[in-house]
Amino acid sequence: MNPKTQNKIAIGTLYGVAGLVVLILLALLGYILVSGLPQLSWHFLTAPAKAFLAGGGVGVQLYNSFYLLLLAMLISFPIALGAAIYLYEYARDNWVTTTIRTAIEILSSLPSVVVGLFGFLFFVVKLRLGFSILSGAFALTFFNLPLLTRSIEDSLRTIDLSQREGGLALGLSRWETITRVILPAAVPSILTGVILSAGRVFGEAAALIYTAGQSAPALDFTDWNPFNISSPLNPMRPAETLAVHIWKINSEGIMPDAKAISSGSSAVLVLAILLFNFAARYLGKRLYKRLTSA
Amino acid sequence: MKTTQQLERQLKRHSKAAKLEIWGKVVSFSALLLIVAVVVGIIGFVASKGIATFTSNHVSLWDFLTEKKWNPGITDANGKPEVGALPMIVGSFLITILSAVVATPFAIGTAVFMNEISPNKGAKILQPVTELLVGIPSVVYGFIGLSVVVPATRAIFGGSGFGILSGTCVLFVMILPTVTSMSVDALRSVPRYYREASLALGATQWQTIYKVVLRAATPGLMTAVVFGMARAFGEALAVQMVIGNAALMPGSLVDPAATLTSVLTTGIGNTVMGSLQNNALWSLALVLLLMSLVFNLIIRLIGRKGRLQ
Amino acid sequence: MFVSNDVSNTETMQERHIVQPRDAQHPIVLSTEELHVFYGKKEAIYEGDLQFARNQITALIGPSGSGKSTYLRSLNRMNDRIATVTGRIMYRGVDINQPAIDVYEMRRRVGMVFQRPNPFAKSIYDNIAFALRLRGTTDKHELDEIVETSLKQAALWNQVKDDLNKSALALSGGQAQRLCIARAIAVKPDILLLDEPASALDPVSTSQLEDTLLELKKQYTIIIVTHNMQQAGRISEYTAFFNQGRVLEYDTTSHIFTNPQVQITSDYVSGNFG
Repeated sequence: MNPKTQNKIAIGTLYGVAGLVVLILLALLGYILVSGLPQLSWHFLTAPAKAFLAGGGVGVQLYNSFYLLLLAMLISFPIALGAAIYLYEYARDNWVTTTIRTAIEILSSLPSVVVGLFGFLFFVVKLRLGFSILSGAFALTFFNLPLLTRSIEDSLRTIDLSQREGGLALGLSRWETITRVILPAAVPSILTGVILSAGRVFGEAAALIYTAGQSAPALDFTDWNPFNISSPLNPMRPAETLAVHIWKINSEGIMPDAKAISSGSSAVLVLAILLFNFAARYLGKRLYKRLTSA
Repeated sequence: MKTTQQLERQLKRHSKAAKLEIWGKVVSFSALLLIVAVVVGIIGFVASKGIATFTSNHVSLWDFLTEKKWNPGITDANGKPEVGALPMIVGSFLITILSAVVATPFAIGTAVFMNEISPNKGAKILQPVTELLVGIPSVVYGFIGLSVVVPATRAIFGGSGFGILSGTCVLFVMILPTVTSMSVDALRSVPRYYREASLALGATQWQTIYKVVLRAATPGLMTAVVFGMARAFGEALAVQMVIGNAALMPGSLVDPAATLTSVLTTGIGNTVMGSLQNNALWSLALVLLLMSLVFNLIIRLIGRKGRLQ
Repeated sequence: MFVSNDVSNTETMQERHIVQPRDAQHPIVLSTEELHVFYGKKEAIYEGDLQFARNQITALIGPSGSGKSTYLRSLNRMNDRIATVTGRIMYRGVDINQPAIDVYEMRRRVGMVFQRPNPFAKSIYDNIAFALRLRGTTDKHELDEIVETSLKQAALWNQVKDDLNKSALALSGGQAQRLCIARAIAVKPDILLLDEPASALDPVSTSQLEDTLLELKKQYTIIIVTHNMQQAGRISEYTAFFNQGRVLEYDTTSHIFTNPQVQITSDYVSGNFG
């Protein structure tokens, strides 16, 4: 076969492959949205779930997802920030640094179910936190730390070395230069990374089924005392999230309308991820403009 | 000379900046140490629980890896507990390898299309779609598998529809966006002049792609595939929802089967801490952890080899 | 000492010619003694002892890679993390190249301006005021005054006085570099080190910058690295010529340019180098 025909066939095949992949991916997205969007209603998004009857909502699960996300981010962000600062700004290139980097890489490649099992063993059983928001938030933190650390490190990398020298030449310590000059300049990019990692945390289930638990006790949204068991703020109550809910009702399937609820919940998850993506891009650009505009 | 001494004193005073510097180093290093402690903690805890099956319950490691009967609550005719993990190990590997084998040509083909043939369409349609799909939660993949793939398998092959085949389909779609976007990165890192040199020598576009670009990007593409395999091997819920959860050696691709992760997710809540049933599950978790270390090592080796070339 | 035969004035040419400044009106404020700089095992500076006169401009010239920037950056220990600097750096009688010295305190007296303008991603006002705030100057009135004086000294005040709250990243290259100078002098240093400050600027901005420096030397001792010989000739009292990690010639600028004693210097300043 001459090279020209070969070329044509090969390029044609690649068009076919790419087309097929686009088709699969669009079909997937389409299926989620087409089957899920009709389920969405104010009632669905706010009502509590029903165990044996049709017509329940996902209000509590949705709230739990956001609350857990918030707590996990509050715990993991400062740690990831500190770690990224040390790794990028202070660490010298030696075996200690290499070992630490390897450890972080290992953490990021651990299956989330293993992270969840460790959370179960350590927080739920050993520290007697039980199936609780707090246990879940710690498990999510472990899951989130390596990615967030890497993303913040990448953000620090985008700030020019000359900015650091500028701070040092004024007699500032490196710490002051980092916190007063580098971090403010890196905020747009750090924020983008944080929001994108939030999307991942939001949809995580395997790390949560044995830490935050698989039940969602009814919440009293008028009671904001974190020490009351039915208070939405109570961090010691079990809290099934939206993602865990989808898994749970499909594995145990005792609700008559499990499929409709799963479709609706999947659509909510995907929409939330979409929202996170857009928000990350939009806010990042917006902040950057504000920083540089005259 | 008095002023010199005064100046020297001023210059040798420990300034606020110097104190802040130490404080900053300590704080940021503590954060880093915390992460390392987490890693060590996870590996330590899982390993100590995982080897209890062999140390306190005296199960032989060989039996664990090669026996085909998984019933940790039951002892066989010889009084030995049935903790053969082979079905799950086979299930996990089978599903990982199959999904990688199917996903690789699609992912690399798409990446080549996006980067070499039609960068415009690639950037406009494929890039955002793959990026979005990378972020879709795995339970959503599992749910779609349950409501689309399993019924389809049932309709075509009969049986329950649950099994390795359905699991493979779900994992294929799940790792496809990841492997694709990593492959795009690998292709993008091939310098432009490689292509120009090849085209200038009269090679066709396909010859350039096949003989120059793909060859130069091989380490990166391999990393992408291994990364996808690691993700497939460790995926729990999406697989657990469609595989059927029968801890038996799979007779065919459409029989219900089990993976390490699926047995773990269904089992850990139903056993008592410290019992053999529970310890055996932790041993499965240990296998999972060790495999993720192996994948990590492979990715490193590929990276090192790529640099040497 | 080897000098090739085809050079006509072999007799008068020396290998090195160092004349340290001696001027009662402008005493020495900074000098290096037996300074050596190593990058790993590679020695970047091995013969470069200079003395700098107060309220004068000293230019460091030489081909790229000759070590002039390395030397300059060693003076306020900006190279601490990437290089090993041995020997003494005497600042008004105190060796500032010893571990006991607080580098942050020292750098407030020996400030630096870099090749590429590096304004912070802050407002023009905050670029100047924030380092002062960190060191305890919080009085708004006082800060306003320092910002104004610094900007005036850097000849930027008239252009930006109505835009003090705008982002400094929006300034042009020349304006940004003058902001960096204003930022450096706001902390009231004693010595100002400038590392090719005009290399990224257009000719008009460059000449404005030179005027500014001539004005600034009344208050500060200025040491400037430049690859532009005309610039060295226009603004400096003393010039040091660096080549391959050594200072080959150091004298008053007029001597260096009209009557160089070393062949390579002569080649370099007349543009016949290489």
